[in-house]
Amino acid sequence: MNLLGKLDWSAIPLHQPIIMGATAFMGLIVAAVLGFITMKGAWPYLWREWLTSVDHKRIGVMYCILALVMLLRGFSDAIMMRSQQAVAAGGAQGYLPPEHFDQIFSAHGTIMIFFMAMPFVVGLMNFAVPLQLGIRDVAFPTLNSVSFWLTAAGALLINVSLAVGEFSKAGWWGYPPLSELQYSPGVGVDYYLWSLQISGLGTLLAGINFVTTILKMRAPGMSYMRMPVFCWTSLATNLLIVAAFPVLTAALAMLLLDRYLGFHFFTNEAGGNQMLYANLFWVWGHPEVYILVLPAFGVFSEVIATFSGKPLFGYRSMVVATMAICVLSFFVWLHHFFTMGASANVNGFFGIMSMVIALPTGVKIYNWLFTMYGGRVRLSVPVLWTVGFMVTFVIGGMTGVLHAVPPVSFQLHNSVFLIAHFHNVIIGGVVFGAMAGYTYWFPKAFGFALDERWGKASFWCWLVGFYLAFMPLYLLGLMGMTRRMQHYDNPAWQPWLIVAMIGAIVILGGIICQIVQLVVSIRDRDRLRVTADPWNGRTLEWSTASPPPAWNFAFAPNVTGRDAFWTSKRQEQARQDKPAPARAYEPIEMPKNSATGFVSAFFAVIIGFSMIWHIWWLASVGVFGAFVTLLAFAFRRHPEFEVPAEQIARFERAQQSGAAA
Amino acid sequence: MRYGLLAVTLLSVALGGCSEGVLDPKGPIAAAERLIMFNSLGIMLAIVIPTILATLAVGFWFRASNSRAAYLPDFAYSGRLELLVWSIPAMTVLLVGGVAWVGAHDLDPRKPISSSVTPVTVQVVSLDWKWLFIYPEQGIASVNNLVVPVGTPISFELTSSSVMNSFHAPQLGSQIYTMSGMVTRLHLQADHLGTYPGQSAMFSGDGFSDMRFTVDAVTDNQFAQWVRQARETGPALDMQTYAALAMPSKAVAPFTYRTVAADLFSRIVNAGMGTQESFLPICSTSQRAER
Repeated sequence: MNLLGKLDWSAIPLHQPIIMGATAFMGLIVAAVLGFITMKGAWPYLWREWLTSVDHKRIGVMYCILALVMLLRGFSDAIMMRSQQAVAAGGAQGYLPPEHFDQIFSAHGTIMIFFMAMPFVVGLMNFAVPLQLGIRDVAFPTLNSVSFWLTAAGALLINVSLAVGEFSKAGWWGYPPLSELQYSPGVGVDYYLWSLQISGLGTLLAGINFVTTILKMRAPGMSYMRMPVFCWTSLATNLLIVAAFPVLTAALAMLLLDRYLGFHFFTNEAGGNQMLYANLFWVWGHPEVYILVLPAFGVFSEVIATFSGKPLFGYRSMVVATMAICVLSFFVWLHHFFTMGASANVNGFFGIMSMVIALPTGVKIYNWLFTMYGGRVRLSVPVLWTVGFMVTFVIGGMTGVLHAVPPVSFQLHNSVFLIAHFHNVIIGGVVFGAMAGYTYWFPKAFGFALDERWGKASFWCWLVGFYLAFMPLYLLGLMGMTRRMQHYDNPAWQPWLIVAMIGAIVILGGIICQIVQLVVSIRDRDRLRVTADPWNGRTLEWSTASPPPAWNFAFAPNVTGRDAFWTSKRQEQARQDKPAPARAYEPIEMPKNSATGFVSAFFAVIIGFSMIWHIWWLASVGVFGAFVTLLAFAFRRHPEFEVPAEQIARFERAQQSGAAA
Repeated sequence: MRYGLLAVTLLSVALGGCSEGVLDPKGPIAAAERLIMFNSLGIMLAIVIPTILATLAVGFWFRASNSRAAYLPDFAYSGRLELLVWSIPAMTVLLVGGVAWVGAHDLDPRKPISSSVTPVTVQVVSLDWKWLFIYPEQGIASVNNLVVPVGTPISFELTSSSVMNSFHAPQLGSQIYTMSGMVTRLHLQADHLGTYPGQSAMFSGDGFSDMRFTVDAVTDNQFAQWVRQARETGPALDMQTYAALAMPSKAVAPFTYRTVAADLFSRIVNAGMGTQESFLPICSTSQRAER
């Protein structure tokens, strides 16, 4: 028996210069980062303060860092696809052979959805939700750390596939029978399946954690109808996660059983049904896009209210619309395959349901519009992202509703028109929202703001680049170009694909501006230093220090109205002469750091990697290790520690004298 | 503004007779689908363009530096506006929803095209990575070249020999999936003479990009002549030659088969159901007993 399963030297694609170049580049960066940390002697600090931290703010920041890193990875795939299609016209084959091109578009979709967009929105929720609710941490802090590290483990596995073996060539949906053993005998689909299973488990745990937190752990006085809209959209998102992710896990598990144990859920033979997978996948997949975009809607709601100096217009409408989207998103999945051959009634029903979901979304657009109306809109970077989103998203929404008309879908399904549509809503909605949230909460997280000029440059590059990159795809779709073509015959398509590539390059400019912005801001952090409330905020996160202490709030905030912090600022203004009576600080119980998350992710990587390569003994070791980790966690003695009252008092005094100076 | 630009571009492409796309229909189905697309787009543009303009105008006018703009810090609710805000998208959805429901029924791929002309039946099989078109009435078959008489409804039965594909000739209209073990139905018609491109619209593996076919819409006489010619030349298509054809291959030049085994299509459809000896090891005994 082979101790290394299917793994041998041939797994490393030495004969493929592009892949090896990318691997070497990635390896160099990782080595540089690790070397830098070692040189600085930062390992103990990193381990203590970050890797084992169960602080929701730290975990949120780590989620966002993971998302930004994976954005670079997913974007390099995008640039390769765009440049390939820009040159592979007529008889030309371009520089990427099909077996490589197929991996690139599969990896691009998988990475961007699961390891860029998901961590970004989960990271923002992690950071902001407990602060907005006026509480000290999420309901299950250690579980939160486990969630993050499992997501990171999935991301790691996907990146390992670049150097060892291959990635899936079956697209980011992994439709069988193409993804079955018969048509994809390699390890690519296994990498896809195991990394999604591991990170999907992390996401599900995060969903449970946040639903519990929002339902059970709000500050005194924070009734449901006083919650910030971002908390509402987070609640909706996490309810969707809890309801939808198990479906994905089940669908992928069935595919795993097909591939590993010879089951026939989705095979061509023995009664398997491929459309069963398609249905299950999209029963998760369509709620997934709302899982991504709802937190972004929440960010826009916070940003637009704060920077207009006004309460959000139509708060109740917003809440109703959010929850309506949450429910309706489970009734639209079939629009992903109107061309399956279902009956006209089925197609008509799902077409109309898909349009109905545009109704609450449209309401939101108008509510943001009326929030700006009568406001004093400060056109800073988060607002630019928001207005850019409103304009862009309306177009994406329109082409989406167009797709919901079954006869139109019969013609445009799987065309690059569809690609343009969902990039229109995902870039215009999710990415713009993530960027707005990143700029908005960065000062809260680190105590200094991001450089405004580079932020604006980045926004304009993204916006212009987006239109340049995707408007041509709308046209190409109408011209009959289908997606995922490694080369094409029609020379009329080429000019538009070149324009699209230029657009991608402009977006690259935007990403570079963001990196420069971060570097410049860190360099100039003393100039960019902010107080607790840099934007004249409305919600509770702006009432505590920037960055907030580990315990978030010295006293649990007492919420007396919507826009809690704004209300209390107004009340303070009213009784200006009488400062609030001094209160005695009390010790606060906080959860202790825990290595559980990091260690269980370590074993998850071992399990995933060894299952992919059929190294059964190592997989058993991984399972055993994970189980022991769980036991160690379950039998821990002192999960909490007490922050002494003096420490809190010292922090608060320093904060006040800092603010006074 | 940006949208205006897109609309102008769209229009110019449409008017310029954008060749080979869904905006240049050559049959009744594609034409009806284009009409539905324009109608839906028109209904939505009627509110989308004002919304975009209003967003930009409101954001610009109420900028903090504009001292002439009113500041209404407590303007957060208005019953009338709420009604408006819910009813505008609702009316749009009502209209486009109507279009969708009617369209889904009128253009149901399974619905035969009403015509006085007797339809021609074509059985389509997607293979790795080429298209096989079987003409059961004529007893011939063709690879990567679909020849149809103009003005005659074509009744398609479609399946796949391996992975999922989607049969799509944009200028004739609707695409439909081809799936192993299943038969989908589609009705199309070409109204104009010409040669139109067709493709697979569902990624199916390494040879996908070359999985194209041409549609030749010809006169009845030319069609009859093509059938005669096909019957005289080319190999015969039986289970053996089919097995050879089913082997993965890319960019196959079109050719025809002079005869086709009578039950070939149904045997392809049922290949996964355990009727063939090759599937014995994985087919359970109970399933075999059921036959």
